[in-house]
Amino acid sequence: MTVRVLFFAAHRELLGASETIVDLPDGATVGELVQALRARGAPWDLIPDRPAVAVNRKYADGSHTLGNGDEVAVIPPVAGG
Amino acid sequence: MVWSDVTTEPIEPGAVLGRVGGRSDGAVILFLGTVRDTNDGRPVSGMEYHGYEAMAQEQLAAIVVEASEIAGGAPVAAVHRLGALDLGEISVAIAVSTPHRGSAFEASRHVIEEIKKRLPVWKKEHYVDGKTDWVEGIQPMPETAS
Repeated sequence: MTVRVLFFAAHRELLGASETIVDLPDGATVGELVQALRARGAPWDLIPDRPAVAVNRKYADGSHTLGNGDEVAVIPPVAGG
Repeated sequence: MVWSDVTTEPIEPGAVLGRVGGRSDGAVILFLGTVRDTNDGRPVSGMEYHGYEAMAQEQLAAIVVEASEIAGGAPVAAVHRLGALDLGEISVAIAVSTPHRGSAFEASRHVIEEIKKRLPVWKKEHYVDGKTDWVEGIQPMPETAS
């Protein structure tokens, strides 16, 4: 299955990318997706080991199971207001 | 009645205030967040607000519903601005009206505190010396989000 991963703010600048597509085995979790990204090597290993993540615009923890076509966002520490 | 928006348009506080209030409400409060000229002692020249706009819309909509519930179903309106803001410009506006003042302050406080904890918005400060920096934020937790 494939998921679309979005990046924002400082992450977007560090990675030089606002999004990427990742192929994953069926049933992969958010945590496994993060590890797959980091395993790409520099600069992807700049993504934190356990970042906040949203799946389809809702916060999800590392054990959340992903589905084909999910929109996953890696959320840097937020600073609204 | 609740209302919320995340927008790149300048915020009109009077329009936000106009979304709350009623004959049974004896308290109406308006909170504005504005861009300040210093942060941690560094002179600031302006602020860039970035957001995950679709999610920010949904999160802010959920936050105002919670705030309204806190205040017994009171009208709550909140708007957050994105884009490049000058000093003194309004970045966030929150209006609440209730029969008595206590729950209005409580509901307004809930909105701004939850914005700080979980709205997917980031800000990049521009300093007078020409440098820029992302403002250190708060790691949102799944269990505090709806």
